[in-house]
Amino acid sequence: MSENIISVSHLEKSFGGNQVLRDIDFKAYTGDVISIIGSSGSGKSTLLRCINQLEKPTSGAIFFHGKNIQDPGFSLSAYRAKVGMVFQNFNLFNNLSVLQNCVVGQVKVLNRDHGTAAKRALEILEKVGMSQYIEAKPAQISGGQKQRVAIARALAMDPEVLLFDEPTSALDPEMVGEVLNVMGTLAKSGLTMLVVTHEMDFAREVSNRIVFMDEGVIVEDATPEEMFVNPKSERTKAFLNRFRNR
Amino acid sequence: MPTTFFEWVLFFADKYGLYFLQGAGTTLLIASFGTITGLAIGLVVAVLRTVPIEANDPAPRKIFYTVIRWIFVAYIEIFRGTPMIVQSMVIYYGSAELWGLDMSPMTAALFIVSINTGAYMAEIARGGIISIDKGQYEAAQSIGMTHTQTMLHIILPQALRNILPSIGNEFVVNIKDTSVLNVISVTELFFMSKSAAGTYMRYFEVFFITCVIYFVLTFSVTRILLFIEKKMRGSESFVIHGSQTVPHAVIKGGAR
Ligand SMILES: Nc1ncnc2c1ncn2[C@@H]1O[C@H](COP(=O)(O)OP(=O)(O)OP(=O)(O)O)[C@@H](O)[C@H]1O
Ligand SMILES: [Mg+2]
Repeated sequence: MSENIISVSHLEKSFGGNQVLRDIDFKAYTGDVISIIGSSGSGKSTLLRCINQLEKPTSGAIFFHGKNIQDPGFSLSAYRAKVGMVFQNFNLFNNLSVLQNCVVGQVKVLNRDHGTAAKRALEILEKVGMSQYIEAKPAQISGGQKQRVAIARALAMDPEVLLFDEPTSALDPEMVGEVLNVMGTLAKSGLTMLVVTHEMDFAREVSNRIVFMDEGVIVEDATPEEMFVNPKSERTKAFLNRFRNR
Repeated sequence: MPTTFFEWVLFFADKYGLYFLQGAGTTLLIASFGTITGLAIGLVVAVLRTVPIEANDPAPRKIFYTVIRWIFVAYIEIFRGTPMIVQSMVIYYGSAELWGLDMSPMTAALFIVSINTGAYMAEIARGGIISIDKGQYEAAQSIGMTHTQTMLHIILPQALRNILPSIGNEFVVNIKDTSVLNVISVTELFFMSKSAAGTYMRYFEVFFITCVIYFVLTFSVTRILLFIEKKMRGSESFVIHGSQTVPHAVIKGGAR
């Protein structure tokens, strides 16, 4: 039995009068690879950003190993180190080299000494195939390479969960594969992953669960087989059909 | 006694050369000190003004940062909205009158230029900070860095690079504007010139020399800053380490 790692309970989020998330209930267990799909504006990014606390929920609660992350005594900094985020636009630190991008968090947040941090960063950059570029600045590498470094930066914190927000959407088609490969390897390694994606092949083959969101609610939460072969909701069917006919 | 313009200029250059140099030195000292201290003040003010206040923060924290923001806005508006020459009078004479502070003109000058520049730098730095892509801030937050760490290690280095031209501009403005400090008898270049000119009642010749000195100062500073800016833009190439077959080989990579 794997352990419940993240649990979202009655989460609501509004921007002004615009309610973006409604009564979201959702649990992730260790080793889960969950794809979150849904049309544009359905609230997928907002859900991930609430989990990482880049957005503060309007109401509801999020638990990490059973602890409410909004409790006053909860260390957000330590939590964020454990729950990393990979962005659509990479957001590599532009003033730092590839290596430093993967070192700075370890040194400042985890208080590792510089040598240990650099060694760990190198190991991980090796894994994502970027160890040759440690001296390059973000502006000097391609989109696919940037995203692999961004993944390495998150991994360097030794996280328990990684959140991916459309990690391949800003990439040229020929670079999508290299990033999905890295993510596939991570999924096999047992890392818990929440992936907002429009890559249906990835969702079907790599994830063990798919969450379909529409207009701020979770419409369906099922295994890939159930979701693709036998979706329960009409809304899910309509969404998947639109995808197939594209 | 000299008779022509050039003779007078030569006369002053010869007789008062050291005097002018001392004045120029004082001017440079006040301007550099004021610019650097002002930059430090500006950065601190800008960083504190950008601390996010969240709806669910504890009340004391909210009140603290709200009050701080008000104080900083007042500071910036007051010092940018009044002439430095008037600030000098108010601070120099006011500090003596109100608190019995016996500041030397030089101490007062360093204080006035710093605090005045700080107000401008605070706005420049704030502009620099908010011009950095929000994603940089979020990425730092997402790996657990605090606001201060994010500012110090990610945002400010990038913002500083962007605002370097404005910082240089402030420096040049300060070299020129320290001249107003002659009203509180600071022995900077303008004050020195005035007393030299007064001795012989030759204002045009002396201030012609003064003009040239100011120009040489600002022009050199501008050039030096341009050079630093270029340096800070950094190298356009990097080295790729270790090929598959020859691990110690290095390959030069270029900018994309
Ligand atoms: N900071 C914000 N302020 C106001 N409205 C916002 C903000 N962020 C998101 N929204 C709104 O919330 C809704 C959901 O946005 P969100 O980005 O979560 O959707 P999404 O499912 O990720 O869509 P996409 O596939 O286009 O990325 C949208 O209507 C959007 O306009
Ligand atoms: Mg989105």
